[in-house]
Amino acid sequence: MRHNGSYSASPRIGLIEWLPWLLGVAAFFYLPEYLSLGARILVYILYALSVDLVVGYAGIVTLGHSAFFGLGAYAAGILSAKVGVTDPMLQMLVAIASCALLGAATGALILRTRGLTLLMLTLAIAAILLEVANKATSITGGADGLSGITVAPIFGLFRFDLFGKTAYWMCLVVLFICWWITRRIIYSPFGASLVGIRENHVRMASIGSPVSMRLLTAYTLSAMLAGVAGALLTQTNQFVGLNVLSFESAGELLVMLILGGVGRIYGAFVGPIVYMIAQDQLAKQFPEYWSLGIGVLLVAIVLFARGGLLGIVDLVVAHAKRGKSAFAGKEAP
Amino acid sequence: MSVVLETRSLCKRFGALTVADHIDFQLQAGARHALIGPNGAGKTTFVNMLTGRLAPTSGRIFLGGEDVSTLSQRERVRRGLGRTFQINSLFRGLSVVDNVALAVAERRGMGGRLFRSASSYADVRDEAMALLASLGLAEDAQVNLANLAYGKQRLVEIAITLAMKPRVLLLDEPAAGVPSIETHRILDVLDALPAEIGILIIEHDMDLVFRFAKRITILVNGATLLEGTPEEIAADPRVREVYLGERHD
Ligand SMILES: Nc1ncnc2c1ncn2[C@@H]1O[C@H](COP(=O)(O)OP(=O)(O)OP(=O)(O)O)[C@@H](O)[C@H]1O
Ligand SMILES: [Mg+2]
Repeated sequence: MRHNGSYSASPRIGLIEWLPWLLGVAAFFYLPEYLSLGARILVYILYALSVDLVVGYAGIVTLGHSAFFGLGAYAAGILSAKVGVTDPMLQMLVAIASCALLGAATGALILRTRGLTLLMLTLAIAAILLEVANKATSITGGADGLSGITVAPIFGLFRFDLFGKTAYWMCLVVLFICWWITRRIIYSPFGASLVGIRENHVRMASIGSPVSMRLLTAYTLSAMLAGVAGALLTQTNQFVGLNVLSFESAGELLVMLILGGVGRIYGAFVGPIVYMIAQDQLAKQFPEYWSLGIGVLLVAIVLFARGGLLGIVDLVVAHAKRGKSAFAGKEAP
Repeated sequence: MSVVLETRSLCKRFGALTVADHIDFQLQAGARHALIGPNGAGKTTFVNMLTGRLAPTSGRIFLGGEDVSTLSQRERVRRGLGRTFQINSLFRGLSVVDNVALAVAERRGMGGRLFRSASSYADVRDEAMALLASLGLAEDAQVNLANLAYGKQRLVEIAITLAMKPRVLLLDEPAAGVPSIETHRILDVLDALPAEIGILIIEHDMDLVFRFAKRITILVNGATLLEGTPEEIAADPRVREVYLGERHD
């Protein structure tokens, strides 16, 4: 089940698309001891969703989205620890605004390039941000990370508790809102044009589409989503470390997205869920096999199942349907 | 008759290779004009410069009397310039109707809208469907483009361009790769195009050229060798020499 914006696809939310939210709510009641892992997964789903919008839909290859995830995380953290703004909504807004600025400014510079050049430029921008955060210790805490972050109750009502209940709900609600917006974008004419650009940017330009502007808009929107994810991480952990900006975490996120399936919306859900639960269960028990296992899995997916886990599900469903119609076909003369 | 498209002294060099050599060219309103020439003569490069995909080394391009030499592809499209590609340049992962709808949406200036769903613009889809029907592709509308027969893909190539409602249409070998027994389908489509569209067609199939074109220009090594009516071209001995590759002595 691919979700491509198109002039012939219905944008109605299918029954199965409510499943993740049902699971999200159920997890709160039935797995209370896993709420902090759950909140982290929700954050990474949002982060993966933002990357899916640019990589999967617009076809912009980037390894540098950690710049926006990290900027969002630090914006919220610095605002609280250094400026004393503890309102979570305000922190979120500042994180979104900073990421929009950085996304628009860097996007305008780099989106004229493609392929490997673009990949290198996105990496370079993330690397610069990491170095700035590393050096500006008085503001960011440098390698020690930024602590002393306090987050006031949401709307003055919901206090962040020790068990992470509020944090979990906050992540779930924010993810829901961002998912709904992203989904609308994907099903809009704009989203359809992004897919057109991904499929054939030469042709899109020749039918008069402002290709660079569309890409810049998508990149900026995606940067804002990544910034929301970053801010959420800060607010749930009440700590920011350099790792949010690191190349490893950007790479790890891409692994999750490829695992789930790129350009499908829900690959961004399945990937982080499977990856992070597996990591939680296996990484401690089998630290030396964990990375190897992930590596082998990734190679297998890239070689045999380009659509990721959801792609495999599609294949199975298509196979089952074909079986049925072949059966029906026998009745006809 | 008025000139809708004109080049003055248009030049293009790729390093030491001159692909356009001071081309002075005029396309009349409603023209049926063919541009022919041997492989590598610079025909596709000429089209790429006209549409703004390639910047000329020197020279100027006028569209409807206006100097568009430095305008973007988008600006030229908005002024009524459309083209098809010699090698299919389509949206292979999308359905046939979506291939066309993207072009309809851009022409209507709503290709960048964010708030409503694309499929709620029924008028865009209907227009794309009507266009496909007029080309005999109604039954293929929901087919994934990559699964479409090659000859039909060539028609979709034309459909996308027609969806832009161009005043000037540049067709780069529309029948390329189509078996000769099927080229009549392409020709039927071309014959049915509105008379007011100025058409420049690049084509190697001489039957098609002589049936369709009222005027022919021959390009050799980036320079115009000859221009005239089909009768004049057919009678000129130089044509056989350079274009058909026959030595005449
Ligand atoms: N981007 C480019 N860089 C360098 N050389 C190029 C480029 N594009 C085209 N050429 C060269 O310019 C010449 C003209 O190419 P062009 O495609 O315009 O020819 P054509 O007349 O369309 O030929 P055909 O009939 O085979 O389509 C060829 O020698 C080609 O190799
Ligand atoms: Mg050519």
